[in-house]
Amino acid sequence: MIGTTTPAMPTAPGVPAIVSSRFGVADGHTLEGYRSSGSYEGYSALRAVLEMSPSAASEIVKDASLLGRGGAGFPAGIKWGFCPADVWPRYIVVNGDESEPGTYKDRVLMERDPHQLIEGCLIAAYAIGAAQVFLYVRGEMAHAQERIAAALNEAYAAGLVGRNILGTDFSVDIVLHWGAGAYIVGEETALIESLEGNRGMPRLKPPFFPAAKGVYLAPTIVNNVETLSNLPWLFSHSVEEYRSVGTDSSPGTRLIALSGHVENPGIFEVAQGTTTFRELFESELYGNGIRAGHELKMFIPGGASAPWFFPEQVDLPLEGRVVGGAGSMLGSGAVVVMDETTDAVRACLRLVRFFARESCGKCTPCREGTTWEEKILQRILDGHGRPSDLELLLDVADNISPGPYPVASDPANDLDAVPYPPRQTTICPLGPSSVAPITSAIRRFRHEFEDKIVQRDLIPVEGVSVDV
Amino acid sequence: MSEPPRRIEITEPVTITVDGREVTAQNGEWLIDACERNDAYIPRFCYHPRMEPVGMCRMCLVEVDTGRGPALQPSCMLPVTPGMSVDTTNDKVAKAQDGVLEFLLSNHPLDCPVCDKGGECPLQDQTMAYGPGESRFVEEKRHYEKPIPISETVFLDRERCILCDRCTRFASDVAGDPLIHFIDRGSQTEIATFPDEPFASYFSGNTVQICPVGALTAKPYRFRARPWDLEEVESTCTSCSVGCRVTIQSSRNQLVRYQGVDSDPVNWSWLCDKGRFGHEASNSEDRLREPMRRSEDGALRVAQWSDALGAAAAAIRSVDPSRVAVLGGARLTNESQYAWTKLAKSVIGTDHVDAQLGDGLPAEVVLGLPGASIDDVCAKGGTVLYLGPDPKEELPVLYLRLRHAAVSDSVRIVECSPMRSGLSPYAAASLQYAPGELPALVAALCSGDVPDGGVAGVDADTVRSAAALLDGIDDLSVVVGRANLAETAGVVVDAIDAVRSARPGARYLSALRRGNVRGALEAGMSPGLLPGRTTIATGSATWTEAWGAVPTAAGLDGLGILDAAAEGRLDVLILLGADPLTDAADRSLARRAIAGAGTVISLDSLPSASTLQSDIVLPVAAFGECDGTTTNLEGRVTVLHQKVTPPGTARTDWMIAAELALRLGGDLGVESSQVELWDELVKHSAPHDGLSSAALAAQEDPDGLLLPLDATIELAATTPTNVPPRSADSLRLVVNRTLYDSGSAISHCASSAALVPEASVRLSPADAAAMGLETGTFVTVASSHGSVSVPAVVDPGVPGGAAVVRHNLESVDAGVLVDAADPVCDVRVELR
Ligand SMILES: Cc1cc2nc3c(=O)[nH]c(=O)nc-3n(C[C@H](O)[C@H](O)[C@H](O)COP(=O)(O)O)c2cc1C
Ligand code: SF4
Ligand code: SF4
Ligand code: SF4
Ligand code: FES
Repeated sequence: MIGTTTPAMPTAPGVPAIVSSRFGVADGHTLEGYRSSGSYEGYSALRAVLEMSPSAASEIVKDASLLGRGGAGFPAGIKWGFCPADVWPRYIVVNGDESEPGTYKDRVLMERDPHQLIEGCLIAAYAIGAAQVFLYVRGEMAHAQERIAAALNEAYAAGLVGRNILGTDFSVDIVLHWGAGAYIVGEETALIESLEGNRGMPRLKPPFFPAAKGVYLAPTIVNNVETLSNLPWLFSHSVEEYRSVGTDSSPGTRLIALSGHVENPGIFEVAQGTTTFRELFESELYGNGIRAGHELKMFIPGGASAPWFFPEQVDLPLEGRVVGGAGSMLGSGAVVVMDETTDAVRACLRLVRFFARESCGKCTPCREGTTWEEKILQRILDGHGRPSDLELLLDVADNISPGPYPVASDPANDLDAVPYPPRQTTICPLGPSSVAPITSAIRRFRHEFEDKIVQRDLIPVEGVSVDV
Repeated sequence: MSEPPRRIEITEPVTITVDGREVTAQNGEWLIDACERNDAYIPRFCYHPRMEPVGMCRMCLVEVDTGRGPALQPSCMLPVTPGMSVDTTNDKVAKAQDGVLEFLLSNHPLDCPVCDKGGECPLQDQTMAYGPGESRFVEEKRHYEKPIPISETVFLDRERCILCDRCTRFASDVAGDPLIHFIDRGSQTEIATFPDEPFASYFSGNTVQICPVGALTAKPYRFRARPWDLEEVESTCTSCSVGCRVTIQSSRNQLVRYQGVDSDPVNWSWLCDKGRFGHEASNSEDRLREPMRRSEDGALRVAQWSDALGAAAAAIRSVDPSRVAVLGGARLTNESQYAWTKLAKSVIGTDHVDAQLGDGLPAEVVLGLPGASIDDVCAKGGTVLYLGPDPKEELPVLYLRLRHAAVSDSVRIVECSPMRSGLSPYAAASLQYAPGELPALVAALCSGDVPDGGVAGVDADTVRSAAALLDGIDDLSVVVGRANLAETAGVVVDAIDAVRSARPGARYLSALRRGNVRGALEAGMSPGLLPGRTTIATGSATWTEAWGAVPTAAGLDGLGILDAAAEGRLDVLILLGADPLTDAADRSLARRAIAGAGTVISLDSLPSASTLQSDIVLPVAAFGECDGTTTNLEGRVTVLHQKVTPPGTARTDWMIAAELALRLGGDLGVESSQVELWDELVKHSAPHDGLSSAALAAQEDPDGLLLPLDATIELAATTPTNVPPRSADSLRLVVNRTLYDSGSAISHCASSAALVPEASVRLSPADAAAMGLETGTFVTVASSHGSVSVPAVVDPGVPGGAAVVRHNLESVDAGVLVDAADPVCDVRVELR
């Protein structure tokens, strides 16, 4: 992506390009480009917002039912309303830490259209009365950081950020902060710790709900890059136009990062709620089919943390509640497609290892449990598995996330879906995320595990040395 | 873990259901405490009642229903709300807790048989109580190098660590020494120090006490005992006057470990390392075991008690009582202090008695000012004027309380000190004044009248903004003490006078360092004083009736005694655990005094420079070797217990007093135990009313009983001290203390002795630059009295015009610079 121009990314007929309209514009990332291209005129929405009252602006976001795009899908307008009245200062934190395996849409939003994000930040800051915006960008995203820094400089120079924005009384600074390379700081309270200069480890909720006690224990709204990038379009159009896309419960569009065994992987802006996974995989606009000569084995509908789906689920729409009821989640908008060449045990280990490596180590079940899961899976793959290992694995998982764990239905075996979300003995959802691939894979592909397990219960465990 | 929930008063009762029972709890308290108080103990590792919870170990998960259906929640971070329903034992809870336990054990080395914690280990105990008995973890465990030192005293075994964040939280949140941290992440997380920076905290031993496993061990105790061999008894640390409550533990008649006990008004379960590892000095091979007498050939030789006591009595009997003096006694128990006061003032008939060596505050000031307890000083939202010594160096756990007050309880501290102290970072204002000029600074602070040129070397703006913090605060708490031993006590007394006239409602806490100095003054160990806060003028009648005779005129104070001895006006000088040769601020005066006194009789538990110069040495029982009571700086009386027998034939100080009294034809009226002495004091002393030995023994909490805070001694009018101006080519000397000095208690304590800092002279960057000095440059510091050679340290915490030298460091004898007769001490610092 770096240095190249992404081809213009078409959306389906009748679906506006709400956030991706400048992805194909060579200079869409500059102030000039932002003003002169795309599906709305850059910074015109801000001008309009500054003429309304902050509460009117919040009301619009609430009416539009703009759902958070960071993972939990919580309506932004309602979240903004959680700031306790009359507690100041308040802060906005932009979550640009995107690190969930399979997810790469925020990076493109920041690289291709940084002003759109900045304008979104300003609108949000105005609506909630934020004293400052912290824009937290994942450490490894050097290009995104450069683009945002350049855009911020342009915006400051043009009087769009800083003191007396556009000549009004409204003033707010946007501070750019770079992460240091840890998936867990995508979790909002860990991100806040990291912003404050501490180790990025989640805080407990309760009591540390950011809207009440966030940055420096002040009310803080944490929103995802994509969530905020919706605002300029919304405010240069109307709630009705916004809600005309998608469904009532999931209006608007979503950026989907499609990867894996499809012909045309990439990011696509699709209508929420109505688009199905099948369309996503098969439409020429999007995936253009499972790669030739292969067939779908399973797919992850919402990033590495999401329980797996299987061919039976392809006709489900990309709608939060539907997907949740079917046993998974839309999460971060990352859809990973795996065909029949994929070894379920290996895929499972790959995902579990990610969570084990990224566990922050704060709470016992995740710190010890995810590594234990990884070790068992690795041992099975190494040919040292025991028949008892599968029950052990499931029970270790159960001690991280007391079951039943969300999982898709398996009609062939007459097994029902367990709806989202999981429970947890941990502080944050990272530990329980490691359980998703385990329960999904063992329930559906138990035989693949058994094939790898040596039919011997007492195996020597290698490598144990006792220092005397 | 014996860390019971904090004792609280239920002011906002709410009803909650615990395992089906309706119980009363305090609204908002942590659920884990509410359950424990109501007989439903919830297992835990990371929670500590004196630290903010972090909810990390997940051992305390219970099922809670607040109306939205039951869910697993960490009870250590969940505030009690009305109507909450808790299940602490159901299957889901049990499975979650067992799961956590199994996770914690999965990488645990299980080297319990060689682990100091084995036998008192919460992880072991929980496992025994609930554990599965067999491990399902067949993978290779995590390996680390077995214990690595993280400081001079503390070792870390990372294999045993369960990453509960207790030690790290203590270091950063309680002690303010954030020197240990987590590094790496996931299952590779470990506790570490910064490279080349040890965990050098005065409070490091607390981390060992609160570590829920054997990951942290302390050198003085490692491999010394097994918990089931330990015997223990509760007592009070007397290493300084804070009076932290401790459990003293022994094994085979040897003191092996002290653990902090949670006394709510005092130490909150914390101890400093000096106090915690003090048993090393008690166990020292050098302990004085037998009496000694100087023989014809000039050598000290072991003697029989009867010989030594006979010689002491003979020396006293043969001279006029006005030529006998008793110096020291702040280390003694209340009972021994009372016995010695009675012996000196009634049997011998001398009033030359002083528990302080001219380095404290006059008794009338300590007993005559309206008092403030530690809790008063630290009360939420209050304002404190701090005029004492660096509390981190002298009264460490008082520092912890003050730090907590400032950081967590919005207490505003206005500190006036001769250089920046451990407290300065937490003070709302910290002003560094020129030595000798504290009274003017305090007057300006209290009145808000600040000359444009500033006061006492502090610029006008700084003084004005600090004065604004004190403006209108009538119930000010004032901490007073001796921040500079090179400055006469009169300067501090003048500063106190300035506060008294400006803020009549102020209350005072005297921050004097020596363990039981307060008790000594309450027992009358000061010239002109009688027990129970009376003077010769006000107490003669009472005490004549009790004792038969009392002095008729005030005798000499500590400095007066040293002067008199130096001038040959004393025939017998009795040192009660005092070591003027290393401890007096004016070292040459002390030397002349010991040389000039006729017979020097020394009662001590350890050899010191002064015992070595004495004619008769009587070995005494140390802390943990005798029963009695002690009084802390607030006036809090707590019970001390004997745990082990004294070495050799060492005796308790009061027994020696009683024996000497008999030999001098008197009688202290004590037959068999120190309780008789205490009850005699209580009987005749109004302030001690209600503090009988029976009342103290009946106390259920470890907090003891507080003597009345209100003054009962009339403060004498003082004449202001005249401080001469400093000449331009000299600096004014500050002598202050450090926690680890070369006193005999530290010198005989192996782990602390290694921490005694090197001597130096600290200079402000401006003065150092003017003299062309850098840190490390050797200089000569010379007063009109003497000179020393030391390396300079450039320290931005030192104000211009001051030169700071630590008191009592073996490498440099700063005491030779000071002349006790001068109000301040000016020095010249020159390149050597
Ligand atoms: C382990 C973990 C990682 C997360 N990573 C991200 C991330 O990279 N980006 C993001 O926006 N939200 C992430 N989230 C979700 C955030 O905690 C938070 O819900 C989100 O930023 C809120 O923004 P939204 O309401 O706009 O979606 C993560 C959550 C968890 C538990
Ligand atoms: S669940 Fe994992 S990532 Fe989350 S706080 Fe616990 S250890 Fe850290
Ligand atoms: S060393 Fe001890 S106190 Fe510190 S984190 Fe480990 S187990 Fe907890
Ligand atoms: S602060 Fe004083 S009383 Fe407390 S442990 Fe330390 S020396 Fe002992
Ligand atoms: S004691 Fe509550 S989580 Fe550790």
